[in-house]
Amino acid sequence: MSTATAARINPEDDVKDSFVSFERVQKSYDGETLVVKDLNLTIAKGEFLTMLGPSGSGKTTCLMMLAGFETATSGEILLAGRPINSVPPHKRGIGMVFQNYALFPHMTVGENLAFPLKVRGLGKAERDAKIVRALDMVQMGRLVNRRPAQMSGGQQQRIALARALVFDPQLVLMDEPLGALDKQLREHMQFEIKRLHEELGITVVYVTHDQGEALTMSDRVAVFNDGRIQQLAPPAELYERPVNSFVAQFIGENNKLPGRIEALGQGVATVRLVTGELIDATPVNITAAGQETLVSIRPERIEFKPEMMPAGAHRIGAQVLDVIYMGDVLRVRMKVAGSEDFVMKCRNTLGQRRFKPGELVEIGWHPEDARALDPI
Amino acid sequence: MADLSANGAITGSNVAVTPLSTTDGRSLKTALAAAQSRAKRRALLLVLPLLLFILISFVLPIGQMLLRSVHNDAFSANMPVLSAWFDENPGKAPDEAAYSALVSDLRQARADKTAGLIGTRVNYDLAGSRSMFTAAARKAPELEPPYRDAVLAINADWGNPALWQAMRSASTPYTANFYLAALDMTRDPQGNIVRVEESRRIYVSHFVKTFVFSGVITAICLILAYPVAHMLATLPLGKSNLLMILVLLPFWTSLLVRTTSWMVLLQEQGVVNNALVATGTVDPANRLSMMYNQTGTVIAMVHILLPFMILPLYAVMRPIKPHYVRAARSLGASSWTAFRQVYLPQTLPGIGAGALLVFILAVGYYITPALVGGASGQMISNFIAYHMQSSLNWSMAAALAAILLAAVLLLYWLYDRLVGIDNIKLG
Ligand SMILES: Nc1ncnc2c1ncn2[C@@H]1O[C@H](COP(=O)(O)OP(=O)(O)OP(=O)(O)O)[C@@H](O)[C@H]1O
Ligand SMILES: [Mg+2]
Repeated sequence: MSTATAARINPEDDVKDSFVSFERVQKSYDGETLVVKDLNLTIAKGEFLTMLGPSGSGKTTCLMMLAGFETATSGEILLAGRPINSVPPHKRGIGMVFQNYALFPHMTVGENLAFPLKVRGLGKAERDAKIVRALDMVQMGRLVNRRPAQMSGGQQQRIALARALVFDPQLVLMDEPLGALDKQLREHMQFEIKRLHEELGITVVYVTHDQGEALTMSDRVAVFNDGRIQQLAPPAELYERPVNSFVAQFIGENNKLPGRIEALGQGVATVRLVTGELIDATPVNITAAGQETLVSIRPERIEFKPEMMPAGAHRIGAQVLDVIYMGDVLRVRMKVAGSEDFVMKCRNTLGQRRFKPGELVEIGWHPEDARALDPI
Repeated sequence: MADLSANGAITGSNVAVTPLSTTDGRSLKTALAAAQSRAKRRALLLVLPLLLFILISFVLPIGQMLLRSVHNDAFSANMPVLSAWFDENPGKAPDEAAYSALVSDLRQARADKTAGLIGTRVNYDLAGSRSMFTAAARKAPELEPPYRDAVLAINADWGNPALWQAMRSASTPYTANFYLAALDMTRDPQGNIVRVEESRRIYVSHFVKTFVFSGVITAICLILAYPVAHMLATLPLGKSNLLMILVLLPFWTSLLVRTTSWMVLLQEQGVVNNALVATGTVDPANRLSMMYNQTGTVIAMVHILLPFMILPLYAVMRPIKPHYVRAARSLGASSWTAFRQVYLPQTLPGIGAGALLVFILAVGYYITPALVGGASGQMISNFIAYHMQSSLNWSMAAALAAILLAAVLLLYWLYDRLVGIDNIKLG
């Protein structure tokens, strides 16, 4: 448990107790294109690491290489310090939860859970004890004699989880385990998985393309795109300080204002927007004046009440286009500096101002919340 | 609520739950039946032609065959007087009255030209007796009493008790004798059931051989088909379709062509032997004999029946996703354990279907053993064909076929008990 906490407090400094590491791993299926391009990733013991990315970005491929079902075309994968490229999957001792559960249809729940214990040669008494414990862990004790076909998706998911944990693996891989569940059940299972991770102190590599899931569950998130890790950071940092436009757009909602760098100073960049307006922004991955840029601002960091604006905020005129009522928040779409899909979110509080389409307002944000990123 | 319970009382239902009724007061069951009956009638009309076809082409012939195996009136219909004497004197040795009846029937038979038929029928039970009937019928018109001496003067064998036993059993149109013969048994002159002499026991051994052959062929087919089906099921669809065409190719070639090509390949002067001799693997003096014996039958039949094993296996394997085996491997199973405990059990329905299909087809196969089987590669169906076509003993053929049918049904039943018939999947 302590290692997990350590990983969370000091996520960058994980090299010294690295449990899993990918070193310059490349993977190609057809010999022509690289599906995974130069992957370097170190996972600490007890960490909950999520691989997040759009479809086809190579997440499953990475997981399969770690589990041993695909071989890395080049590079090395280390598990507890030992290279495992030549270790067959069944000797790696890695628990795995598949997206479609992969419970053996011809076995009951009990037999499914007994399977990994039997192949390890455990005696009946020991097996039964472990099965009971694992089923209790996922609160499915009463379903021992059911077959997978007689259970709901959520129940199957729990059993699959119990089966991956029953033989006490140090490392558990989960490939979109909750993809097939409805929203409510998914949120409940996220909580359960998180609880198990903390109780058992296991290392989890979790694959998802649901950013909410990634942010709520993980110690660190690796954002994949196009076979590369775009950013590897704890959730808060990922959300608040995306390092490039892809991450900024992939995680959460984001306003983009295209422009050109006028001047680049220490920690501030002056950007001339397409309408000619000058704003200050925090430079992230731009290198020189004259570069094209996209300034990204989170919708919830935009203010319209003068008394609420942070000191040093940049103000700008905006025209309300429409307001979408979303229950907890109001989503105000407006035209700002020539951009027509600029969104501001305001909380739906008592006495909150109701905007009307066509209304002119002045909005503002702190230059630290405006991040000048690479254009894409 | 009141009329609901009234309704329940009218329909006389004593169950605790009151039957539901529709809004217009009819019971729900009646309404449902009425609503469905039209659809049912229509469905029945659609399947009616097929039903008739099955009745005419399947049920009737099999019934006919079963009847024929126990019924043959060639003797009883054409020898009415003698048959009547047998009826009146059970167990009695033939006296003058019997001979007189024989002569009168033979005279009639000569007039009707049925002596051959009668002789053939008795000949089934006692070989060599057909000519006695035709000869005696020819002379019957000139015979004078006492008939016993006159008949014995034609041929002393007419006094043989075995002949009279054979005639007595042929005098009733219904008989189990064909079944006895099909099981290598007969009746001695006293009417007791005994096994036929050693040298004439052919059927039982051929039944056994047929089942052993079919078992071997099924096993070989399974061993060959399993990896092929697995490959077809795991390849991408485009490639597997191409290979599937190759698997199905034999279906589009005439059975005869395929069998003769095996003959060309496997005979002593055939392609395979020539190649072996040319490469020096086999001595020219003792070329392998792979044709006109059991080996030939097994090889050719495995080839012909292989698709029947591949197709059901493929149908079952295709939807099995690779993640089951992957899951097993990640749980610590070696590839062999994963195959045996996870993959194989999921393909059992296909194995069952394929094995049953191939076995049943093999048991009844006729053309291939007839062409390439030689003397040792004959199966029971070849005897059935022989009795249908050459000896014209249709009753015997029917009895053999009925035993075969019973054996197959027995196997089917056993399979159902052991594996469960719902565990069969053809696609
Ligand atoms: N067995 C394979 N053979 C050939 N190409 C493959 C194979 N598996 C995956 N790919 C390709 O590799 C790329 C990455 O696939 P991968 O399954 O790793 O993506 P992913 O990030 O898991 O996507 P998703 O979120 O849809 O599951 C895709 O372009 C895919 O087409
Ligand atoms: Mg995937």
